[in-house]
Amino acid sequence: MAEQKHEKYYVPASSPWPIVGAIGLGLIAFGAGHTVIDMKNEADGWGINVLLAGIVVILVMLFGWFRDQINESMSGLYSKQLGHSYRQGMAWFIFSEIMFFAAFFGALFYARVIAVEWLGGASNNVMTNEVLWPGFEAIWPLTETPGGIESGAMGWLGLPLYNTLILITSSFTCHFAHVGLEKGKRKQLIGWLGVTIVLGLIFLYLQGAEYVHAYQDLGLTLDSGIYGNTFYMLTGFHGLHVTLGTIMLIVMFLRVLKGHFTPEGHFAFQATSWYWHFVDVVWVCLFIFVYIL
Amino acid sequence: MSTVVGEMDQHDDHHHHAPSGVTRWLFTTNHKDIGSMYLWFSFIMFLVGGSMAMVIRAELFQPGLQLVDPHFFNQMTTVHGLIMVFGAVMPAFTGLANWMIPMMIGAPDMALPRMNNWSFWILPFAFAILLASLFMEGGGPAFGWTFYAPLSTTYSSDSTALFVFSVHIMGISSIMGAINVIVTIMNMRAPGMTYMKMPLFVWSWFITAFLLIAVMPVLAGAVTMVLTDKYFGTSFFDAAGGGDPVMFQHIFWFFGHPEVYIMILPSFGIVSAIIPAFARKPLFGYASMVYATAAIAGLSFLVWAHHMFTTGMPVFAELFFMYCTMLISVPTGVKVFNWVATMWRGSITFETPMLFSLAFVILFTIGGFSGLMLAITPVDFQYHDTYFVVAHFHYVLVSGAIFSIMAAAYFWLPKWTGHMYDEGLAKLHFWASLISVNVLFFPMHFAGLAGMPRRIPDYSIQFADINQIVSIGGFAFGLSQLIFLWVVIKCVKGGEKAPAKPWEGAEGLEWTVPSPAPYHTFDTPPDTSKTPPEAQDHG
Repeated sequence: MAEQKHEKYYVPASSPWPIVGAIGLGLIAFGAGHTVIDMKNEADGWGINVLLAGIVVILVMLFGWFRDQINESMSGLYSKQLGHSYRQGMAWFIFSEIMFFAAFFGALFYARVIAVEWLGGASNNVMTNEVLWPGFEAIWPLTETPGGIESGAMGWLGLPLYNTLILITSSFTCHFAHVGLEKGKRKQLIGWLGVTIVLGLIFLYLQGAEYVHAYQDLGLTLDSGIYGNTFYMLTGFHGLHVTLGTIMLIVMFLRVLKGHFTPEGHFAFQATSWYWHFVDVVWVCLFIFVYIL
Repeated sequence: MSTVVGEMDQHDDHHHHAPSGVTRWLFTTNHKDIGSMYLWFSFIMFLVGGSMAMVIRAELFQPGLQLVDPHFFNQMTTVHGLIMVFGAVMPAFTGLANWMIPMMIGAPDMALPRMNNWSFWILPFAFAILLASLFMEGGGPAFGWTFYAPLSTTYSSDSTALFVFSVHIMGISSIMGAINVIVTIMNMRAPGMTYMKMPLFVWSWFITAFLLIAVMPVLAGAVTMVLTDKYFGTSFFDAAGGGDPVMFQHIFWFFGHPEVYIMILPSFGIVSAIIPAFARKPLFGYASMVYATAAIAGLSFLVWAHHMFTTGMPVFAELFFMYCTMLISVPTGVKVFNWVATMWRGSITFETPMLFSLAFVILFTIGGFSGLMLAITPVDFQYHDTYFVVAHFHYVLVSGAIFSIMAAAYFWLPKWTGHMYDEGLAKLHFWASLISVNVLFFPMHFAGLAGMPRRIPDYSIQFADINQIVSIGGFAFGLSQLIFLWVVIKCVKGGEKAPAKPWEGAEGLEWTVPSPAPYHTFDTPPDTSKTPPEAQDHG
């Protein structure tokens, strides 16, 4: 407690962005709901327009909110204590993201260890298998579902392995960029940050290529049973997070070029870097549990 | 850059009075404004969800189908549950946290004031979407607030997509609100306010915020899987694709059980503030209260499958979840013991906040005991999905959580409004609520033990008398809450001037500022190292 400094804490004046953001999220939720319903009914509805409008509103909000934030930060309104608030906020946000992935990993483990085994007659479920799903064999990857859908399985050699190496490397390059920032070596910062972004983009491209391969050559699709479900939901949500992380890195790159950030004050960079490491760790878990095991 | 500095000056200008007009509420970054909005929102939702309960009780007044068709009845039970959980109880606690935590720890505001406003304003949109879905073709969500698959996947109407996305944004709101609370507590305490000197309301919210951040994302995962199962051909909860409907229940209750503690832990904090104030004695066992709250939160992650004893699990799992559930009664017992010990030989007076707190202790304990009965696996096979369960969770949520929120409202209304509320009307509200809540929920135990299933619009003739009594209690309880609305409006509009500290025995920094609390409190943090609140006896 003793070393905690209490300068005047910056409480921003009223801001329009939160209500704009709430309207944006409301439009997205309402629009996404109707888009999904329209898709199911194969109807051309207005849902997609509402969804797109919501996304536009959110983008405007993000732009305006971060512009205010950056201006305040650059004009020296922020104290060390506020920096702690932001860092802790980001850390807890990442924790919530971990729990989001935990739900899908939980589904993967449950399906593999319990659901598929039981359908195959394990434990005291012999009659389930004999009567309800005769002939079903519990194997993983589940290349034939109890209902009879067949699909291929994604191996771990090749693209997934390359992607793993790329993402792990990018975690190191991101760290080198951070060290460059902390030591005031701007060239090191710009160089390594650029490499990190390129690696992120390569990862995303290869991930796309992997999906094409899975759909066209392996017949492994989102609706081909629990193996395909967990495969696409986990890698898909991870891919979305990589996309978001890459966009954040690009924004950081532009800000670095504009001369933002000091060795002492660079919350936004630090948060982006944490986020990138988090995405990397999730991928390592994915590689082990979805691909290898 | 200059514009920002300009805003800053302007900000300094209106330092101690609120801006006016509608933009004050739309654009605000003030924790008190946002707290008020949360509290009013939750009260409106309480009345909306309550009206749905009235529809349910009206239909159940007699056996047979009278007023609504079964599908609409199911929508009412579903949306009543969703609104009360996510729209009434949780926002009420967040509103109290917003109002009180910065004042209790000597902070100028919440740590992230703009995000705070965002968290609030998402809620009206989320609930507008949820309520609007009731008017869609095919009706709103009708699968129970627990949205078990396959009811929510194979057998649900199109409104499911809207339900899913509305839950998503509610979750975003809750997570941001919780991050704000937890960061405020970790980072904004005044010098001298160590963790073990924080008021218990702050402690209980600290732990609640952790639970929220840990489990709301799991709920998001669960609704996402429901969405893809229904609309995108996945089979997470479909055995034909290798999934399992039981898996839904595991994922849902991994969220759901911590969720029910999210709705009760702040109550513990409230009651731990009020009972010492009116018993005029420091809280008995401060440290044990903190540890007990943390223990309850920790155990809440290990008990989820006690909601699923009849669903089908290996016997080992049934026993594990039974024993873990029973363990929770140990820290809960510590708490009840401490509240009673606080009152022991105190000089107690019975103002309305104290009355609600006392009712809380007794009625919550009844709910706790029926919970203990439900925890016993073999007997749960009889109780499961009967009105006994309905009685149990309404005792902990209505006469538990809601009563504590009422207690908190009466306790802090003078601080919020600057006026004393009408004690006579408030006592009327208390006694009307106390009697009607027991007429409403106590007989449900017997209906449940006799085998009346929940969530069914019709019932066998032998339950007619009990249901009539329950419905009368329900209408009386619903009407009683209008007295509360009256008291609050009266208190906002005027009344006897409240001093800075209207309650003789109350402790805490919030009572060191005038009533009503100025628009900005603690621009510079107070030094609490000399006279820490609640520090007298628990050291």
